[in-house]
Amino acid sequence: MPRRGSGLIGHIPWTLIVFLLASTVPWLGSRYDTFLAGQIVIDALFAVSLNLLLGTTGLVSFGHVAYFGVGAYVCGILMKTYGMPFIVAFPAAGIGAGVFALVSGYFCVRLTKIYFAMLTLAFSQIIWAICYKWDAVTGGDQGLPEIPYPNLDWMSVIPGLGELTDSARFYLLTLALVAVSLAVLRRIVRSPFGRMLTTIRDNPERAAFIGLNVRAYQLAAFVIAGAFAGLAGALYGIFSRGVFADYVFWSKSAEVIIMTILGGMDYFWGPPVGAMALVWLNQQITDYTQYWPFVLGSLLLLLLFVFPGGIVGGLVAGFRLARRRLVPRNA
Amino acid sequence: MAASFLFSQFMGGLTTAMFLFLIASGLSLVFGVMRVLNFAHGSFYMIGAYLAWQAMQWLHPLAAGFWPAALLAALGVALLGAIVERLLLRHLYGREELYQLLLTYALVLILGDVAKFIWGTGQLSVSTPPGLGGSIQILGTTQPLYSLFIIALGPAIAVAGWLVLNRTGAGRMVRAASYDREMLDALGADVGLIYTGMFVVSSFLAGLSGALVTPIESIVPGMDVLIIVQAFIVVVIGGMGSLWGTFWGSVIYGQVLAFGILIFPGFSLFSVFALMAVILIVRPWGLFGRPV
Repeated sequence: MPRRGSGLIGHIPWTLIVFLLASTVPWLGSRYDTFLAGQIVIDALFAVSLNLLLGTTGLVSFGHVAYFGVGAYVCGILMKTYGMPFIVAFPAAGIGAGVFALVSGYFCVRLTKIYFAMLTLAFSQIIWAICYKWDAVTGGDQGLPEIPYPNLDWMSVIPGLGELTDSARFYLLTLALVAVSLAVLRRIVRSPFGRMLTTIRDNPERAAFIGLNVRAYQLAAFVIAGAFAGLAGALYGIFSRGVFADYVFWSKSAEVIIMTILGGMDYFWGPPVGAMALVWLNQQITDYTQYWPFVLGSLLLLLLFVFPGGIVGGLVAGFRLARRRLVPRNA
Repeated sequence: MAASFLFSQFMGGLTTAMFLFLIASGLSLVFGVMRVLNFAHGSFYMIGAYLAWQAMQWLHPLAAGFWPAALLAALGVALLGAIVERLLLRHLYGREELYQLLLTYALVLILGDVAKFIWGTGQLSVSTPPGLGGSIQILGTTQPLYSLFIIALGPAIAVAGWLVLNRTGAGRMVRAASYDREMLDALGADVGLIYTGMFVVSSFLAGLSGALVTPIESIVPGMDVLIIVQAFIVVVIGGMGSLWGTFWGSVIYGQVLAFGILIFPGFSLFSVFALMAVILIVRPWGLFGRPV
């Protein structure tokens, strides 16, 4: 992961600025803007959790949506069927997804490359089949509609939040929870543990040779990624007012991979940028045409053949090129 | 009565199995030789179905139009496969498998919308070819002739494929390419041509199976992503890259689906996925595959 620049740009607290800007959306934007912003924020967490596997550890998971789905269903079932408060259901979603990631990951990390991708896809389809068929618990093909919002009356205590709607308040809660989750994930990626994951990505044989338990590290990354995907799923279920088996279908795993690649999987902030770009683009395109998958597929081809570094990768490369031009080489 | 009921489940499972074998054999061949998991294989199948319908419209005055239409559809999809391999896939062979997966996924998205654009979102159907429309009585059950034709076609394709792979020069080259691409390249063989050829044959099979399914299933958008998951399960069970593995994988899949319904009503889908997961855990290379 490249170092942050030491110049003026590097000293601006970018993440704080983005967070503050995002929190003004319910006041400055329309209801629809808040809806889009919420989608971006949740997708950002989902994509960053995937990137812990894809970019940091070098594991191509084609079934990451399973953990998102488990989180969404655990939180939705606890809140709707059992009337549990959000403060219990939300962590339970992360734990539930993490436990399932531990069980499936135990088998997945024993395989490599394409076989790893296939087994993750297989597990995610098993989850899909369960969600689709287990009517008594998951609502089957009808899903779980009308998941209640958590009780957010305590927010009225904060001046200025009193007159906001439930959906706007839930957006602010989502933003705060995602910000904390991203901070935790960033600490993990930058920790010695995260460095070990990158070492494993670059050369698993050498990592094993110097005494690392490669599978244990991969499994740990898999569980962490699954748990955070579960948290994202929990937020999404409430945010979109329902949990449906469609959320867990395998093509959704491909979408989050596209998001990650679009932003740039070599950078921590790549996936959030990709989430933002994709949600924005989707909203722009669907005004003109119903053929959004065609546009997405063409975009993916462009990414694969022309910009494999994604948006952030492209920007960084452009920035370096500009600096080399502007600053004399021996300065 | 019980025996005839079980027999009819068995035959139903066998028909499903042989259809899946036709589709999955192409997927398996491409994976075995080129190590590419082609998500777009289901899209090729769907395009084959639509092309068959289209060709039937053109050939409408002809009574026996179905067979030339099916052949035209398969050839059309083979041409599409050649274009995809030469223009796109070829440039990603050296890259990580993620990029190949995503390329074939991009094709799923694009081809799905192209089909919607050309043929709309309604259901299309093709009537059963003359001569195969009837049915006969076997062991007290009624078996449609078209199902029996498919059940006979599956093993015929399997045997033909085996003969080509094991008894001809071209087949020997393909097997060599699947064992050691670099060595074959160093010996002066045109590996690029072999890859294109494999992809074209695989696309042809996908297009043909798409065309052949039209008399018994209506053609709808979304048939691409549904079939690819099933074909994927079949090749995982039988062993990626193994022709007979794919054959027996299809048979197992068809029977688990047919009899799973009797044991766990509503959960037969789950039993198939569970079977796949167990096999991936115990023998990741499948029942008939070889470890890599």
